[in-house]
Amino acid sequence: MKDNRLTVNLAGLKLANPTILASGILGYSAETLESIVAGGAGAVVTKSVGLKPRVGYANPTVVQVDCGLINAMGLPNPGIGEFVKEIRQAKKVLNVPLIVSVYGFSEEEYAAVSKKAADAGADALELNVSCPHVKETGSEIGQKPEILSKVVKTVKDAVDKPVFVKLSPNVTSIADIAEAAAKTGADALTAINTVKAMAIDPETTMPILGNKFGGLSGSAIKPIAVRCVYDIYERVKVPIIGCGGIADWRDAVEFFLAGASAVQIGTAIATKGSNVFRTVTRGLNAYLKRKGFKNVGEIVGLSHRY
Amino acid sequence: MVRLLGYHIATNKLRTTQIQSIKTETQTVKTFAFKDKLCAKAKPGQFLMLWIPGVDEIPFSILDAREDGSVAVAVRKVGEATSALHNKRIGEIIGIRGPFGNGFTAKKGKVLMVAGGTGVFPLLFLSRKIKPKATRLVFIIGAKTREELFFIDEIERFCGKENVVASTEDGSYGVKCLASESLELLLCKEKFDMIYTCGPELMMRKVLDLAEKHGIALEASLERLMRCAIGLCGSCVIGKYRVCRDGPIFSAQQLIKVKTEFGKFKRDFDGRKISF
Repeated sequence: MKDNRLTVNLAGLKLANPTILASGILGYSAETLESIVAGGAGAVVTKSVGLKPRVGYANPTVVQVDCGLINAMGLPNPGIGEFVKEIRQAKKVLNVPLIVSVYGFSEEEYAAVSKKAADAGADALELNVSCPHVKETGSEIGQKPEILSKVVKTVKDAVDKPVFVKLSPNVTSIADIAEAAAKTGADALTAINTVKAMAIDPETTMPILGNKFGGLSGSAIKPIAVRCVYDIYERVKVPIIGCGGIADWRDAVEFFLAGASAVQIGTAIATKGSNVFRTVTRGLNAYLKRKGFKNVGEIVGLSHRY
Repeated sequence: MVRLLGYHIATNKLRTTQIQSIKTETQTVKTFAFKDKLCAKAKPGQFLMLWIPGVDEIPFSILDAREDGSVAVAVRKVGEATSALHNKRIGEIIGIRGPFGNGFTAKKGKVLMVAGGTGVFPLLFLSRKIKPKATRLVFIIGAKTREELFFIDEIERFCGKENVVASTEDGSYGVKCLASESLELLLCKEKFDMIYTCGPELMMRKVLDLAEKHGIALEASLERLMRCAIGLCGSCVIGKYRVCRDGPIFSAQQLIKVKTEFGKFKRDFDGRKISF
């Protein structure tokens, strides 16, 4: 009999296991997405794509700190016009759901890019309303519930694919924002994007990143992300995708217990390679078996009993 | 098992260091030396990210790394960042990450280096390491003009003039032809065990085709847009490979798998494929 312990139905997407490649990591081409799937990912999210090409910021775009990475890539992407080719190619070669990450500078732009991505074959859209370092998009939209609601509604009206919303932790109450997104039709919420951060070099006294500010990822933000997922789970009914500092199965379990139905992994690929998806999945499976759970869904939100 | 707290790649941490010496090699090339314990352990073919504070951070193949902790990179003035570096003086601060990437594998036997332009830099480092083991070492070096045959005097001294085939496109030094044409002539006369190549990708593509034709093993050093240098951002991908993590040195077997891209396309700052 087929073992269904790890299968997840995520807002209509059927995942063989609940690990997903986070947006912004690799994800330019079908071939790199394929190599991530070979590492065991249950689904993949592309790099964020917008209406027009963007070159991103000058280097340094990534700086390592003691407990994570700060990046300010600046959303480099070839624009949806060019990217539809990669989406079509990815759909041919991938045997897991393909989620296209979308950003825009207005609700119309979000909708236009989403529609083109959906028409090219994206299985779902993930709205990047949480990039902490690009003006007039990302978290500048995700920090304002009224604007976010308009974006979600406009995209929902434009496409008939599931729409995920990736939330920023750089807000007073992430649960309020989550509620606004869910009320206007978000099918799932991804929590969280990177935390706004910076690093300064003592010798030169200069901010290191070309953009000065960036987003912190990696294990430093895991406790913040777990708390965000926990808060959101108390307020909304739509599925939550946990993201932030997941590097092994214990991290993943923590997110499920807080209320996540799936998890995204990004930064850990630098240290563990794409096989991190397989090792997390195996560890998770062993944990569920040992604890007597028949499906990962049974542990979602368990810690809320206390 | 100890679980590492946090996220850490030792070589990826940015270190600041002072420029110790600057040597003018040609009108457009200077060699910068500085102390860095981690990069001093680099293997030939590995690269580092050099931060020019307030300007940019760019990748350089390592020209030399010594046990006393000193590291050298040769820098050709081609744009804003390299010009800013050329204007620096001894004692000024730069930032270093690395060494990154895999490096060449040192083979014994009859070895051939094929360098084009600035591609000579990592191959010079490799030559110093493998010369004691090689039964024969021949250096083919090509450039547009005599002025761009970087380190030619040093290579001729080091390998012996009879083991150096220099070619220039304008005929101002050596043979008037492309380095790949010199290679083709040589391979018709003599058998080698290994070819190491670095230079313009169109040249390396021809070298790969010749190596395949003559059944000779090959390693090539690739250059792509580098941002993170740790395999996350995707700026440097060629086919299924990340040049920063899976390379920058690739074998003929690997390059054959990405033949539709190698020597054909690279990615621009916005991730679009652009042809060479």
